[in-house]
Amino acid sequence: MVPDSKHLEITLETQVESVNLAEEMCLRVAEAAGFGEDDCYRIGMSVREGVINAFHYGNQERPEKKIHLAVDITPEKLIIHVLDEGQGFRLADVPDPLAEENLLSTSGRGIFLMRAFMDEFDVVPGRTGGAEIVMSKKLPPPGSDSTNGRGRQDASSQQGA
Amino acid sequence: MSLRATHRDAGQVTVVDLSGRIVLGDGSALLRKTIRGLLEDQRKNILLNLADVDYIDSSGIGELVSAFTAVKNQSGDMKLLHLTKKVRDLLQITKLYTVFDVFTDEGTALRSFS
Repeated sequence: MVPDSKHLEITLETQVESVNLAEEMCLRVAEAAGFGEDDCYRIGMSVREGVINAFHYGNQERPEKKIHLAVDITPEKLIIHVLDEGQGFRLADVPDPLAEENLLSTSGRGIFLMRAFMDEFDVVPGRTGGAEIVMSKKLPPPGSDSTNGRGRQDASSQQGA
Repeated sequence: MSLRATHRDAGQVTVVDLSGRIVLGDGSALLRKTIRGLLEDQRKNILLNLADVDYIDSSGIGELVSAFTAVKNQSGDMKLLHLTKKVRDLLQITKLYTVFDVFTDEGTALRSFS
């Protein structure tokens, strides 16, 4: 790990409540890292969608499977990993929800939202054989309008608490 | 904040006032149950008031689309009223803003059903 980086990980049950838990945990980390309200919303939504994807598509809602969530804060960015214990999937196989024929689909927008809301997004084969979503957002510069008036120094001290 | 839903009749239109989050789980389920109940009661012109809905995830979007399709399949109509900025932005990036009829004034929305 890069010096001054912070790492947090949690194993979640495959249940609906895990979606809210993951969102709340990452929102606190994002706020402590200095992200403003709009970016926190985007990060929280992306985490929700990542865990929903693992819950529903990856683990097929099977309670014996786990969802592994990890958050890294480097000096440059916040990185989120969501790993499931499913069969994995290829991004190229995910239908485009903006295509005319998919506009009225009742599902299939989660990947699109994560891509739209985060700076970087990818899906890689996970160490457990499932899919691992990796997404990141660049940290706001200290003192910028998007930092809730707090700098990263403040965020670091909160993380260490 | 979990989703809350109440409804009131305005002539041939039923206005559903929603507040909270339409997300995976109880929020989406309540919306589904509400729409299903209205259709069973032959209330097929539905105006969803989203003024107090500040958060929708992909499951909630799916539930809105599902409700819209269910109403249309019964020759009814479902329209949206008072979107918050976050919800409007979400419908815009998912291109659903062009699918739903969206209003900022309840009177105008109600008249549009006739």
